[in-house]
Amino acid sequence: MEILDYTFMQRALLAALIVGITAPAIGIYLVQRRQSLMGDGIGHVALTGVGLGFLINSGSIWASPVWVATFVAIGGSVAMELIRWYGRTRGDLALAMLFYGGMAGGVMLMNLSDAGSNANLSTYLFGSITTVSSQDMTTICVLAAVVLAITIGLRRQLFAVCQDEEFARVTGLPVRLLNLLVAVTAAVTVTVAMRVVGLLLVSALMVIPVAAAQQITRSFAVTFVLAVAIGVGVTLTGTATSYYVDVPSGATIVLFAIVLFVLFTALAAPLAKKRARAAADGAQGCTLEVPGSRAAADDVSV
Amino acid sequence: MNTPAHQPDRQPVIDLRAATATLGARPVLRGVDLTVHSGEVVALLGANGSGKSTAVRSVIGQVPLTGGTLSLFGTEFRRFKDWARIGYVPQRTTAAGGVPATVSEIVTAGRLARTKFGILRKADRAAVHHALELVGMADRAKDSASALSGGQHQRVLIARALAVEPELLIMDEPMAGVDLASQEVLAGALREQVARGTTVLLVLHELGPLEPLIDRAVVLRDGCVVHDGPPPEAVGQHALPGHDHAHPSPAAAPSGGASHHCMGSHADPAPIRTGLLS
Repeated sequence: MEILDYTFMQRALLAALIVGITAPAIGIYLVQRRQSLMGDGIGHVALTGVGLGFLINSGSIWASPVWVATFVAIGGSVAMELIRWYGRTRGDLALAMLFYGGMAGGVMLMNLSDAGSNANLSTYLFGSITTVSSQDMTTICVLAAVVLAITIGLRRQLFAVCQDEEFARVTGLPVRLLNLLVAVTAAVTVTVAMRVVGLLLVSALMVIPVAAAQQITRSFAVTFVLAVAIGVGVTLTGTATSYYVDVPSGATIVLFAIVLFVLFTALAAPLAKKRARAAADGAQGCTLEVPGSRAAADDVSV
Repeated sequence: MNTPAHQPDRQPVIDLRAATATLGARPVLRGVDLTVHSGEVVALLGANGSGKSTAVRSVIGQVPLTGGTLSLFGTEFRRFKDWARIGYVPQRTTAAGGVPATVSEIVTAGRLARTKFGILRKADRAAVHHALELVGMADRAKDSASALSGGQHQRVLIARALAVEPELLIMDEPMAGVDLASQEVLAGALREQVARGTTVLLVLHELGPLEPLIDRAVVLRDGCVVHDGPPPEAVGQHALPGHDHAHPSPAAAPSGGASHHCMGSHADPAPIRTGLLS
């Protein structure tokens, strides 16, 4: 495997693996809450952070575009959560403002800075996995560990809150805190995945593996595991493909995920039929069998 | 278990006094008193829009009170933390979440209040299984909730409330849109809970198969309590499905405890139409 000989490819594959695990892991809760597009919104807001990072351009680690994007994305996701609490009536409009404001702010700030060029912008918009630096790698690993600890460690609590908020409150769970935690975790995941699939496609990796998995699953736990498996599968194969064939990694990964979604959807119908047949076999004797040998009594010849 | 457990020396389980609440700009509760004592089964009745659902939702803190006081198990609501004592059945939502979940996963969520950091022990799994048995759904534990009928879905939601082994069960229209077979199962499960001494507060549209269990009925109209006493008798014409029940003035009905704070409702001479089925 000559692909593993290059340090930049080792880094790229490790980053792809991490994103393949974390994005569906938090995405499943967003899908369960019926907020599939939240990741997309956070991605737009994070772009302003990237622009701000370039503008500051101070050379300190904490002011690097990845970190500034993380902080701005967290701020944006908290703002979205607050809008969900207090502005239920026209929440979608407020969210739209946040999306487009974030996008416009990012483009503006990027242009104002010296370091930022259009080429630089597009590595954040569409991902550029092979340019992940070793410094980025450390950041990505730390953030991914946090995301995994939350999405797996608190799975029962997050499941309850995302399934039925009203009921979760009566079980004494800190619903608002957990909602904020989901939002912040999603924001962190967006910035982790930013370099791999790009801000415009990051939401796809949070949603499509979950959507594909749930075509054939019946339980949350299995959906979770299968979605992560699909996520890892498409990010690794997509990254490898972009090495052998000169294609952008982000787009390849997302297209692979969509192909899997279509395959799983096609699989769903026969699988459901098979399950229904198994269930019917279990409950045999419900319909009276008519002996096949019995001939019709009115055997009249014309 | 039809004894009105009304003992003045005991702390009421739910004590709602002069409660007012608004939804948007519209006042929905206009001074509601509701006291439920330990072991009692109280039905909250009234027409659509009478505020009965809001009253129940304010008891669990889902709708904030704009006035009045609320205490649960003798603790002021603000300081109440003992949620494991309460089982809640919300008004049935249209569907499950956006991701498939099995019946047992949903019911397990109801057990969280009794676990530490969400870690399940043997006893927790046993409680979940027992709750499913109570509503006759144990054989469907591994099925996806989206494959269930309306009545079965409601049975799952009730199992979720029972999984925590509550002392107080609060149910918002548990019988709405539930087929007859499921209604019988639910009535049986509820009877068992009541026999164990569980206190029950439930919102109902009609008394139906639960009638023999109910100790006391509180009837709301326009956010005011207009009747608090024995369940209204449904006889003759009134017993027919679809009949809009009418009841004599509350002055004639024996008061079950709470006083009537809503202005004017005391002296209302006209028969009170509770519209139980409207």
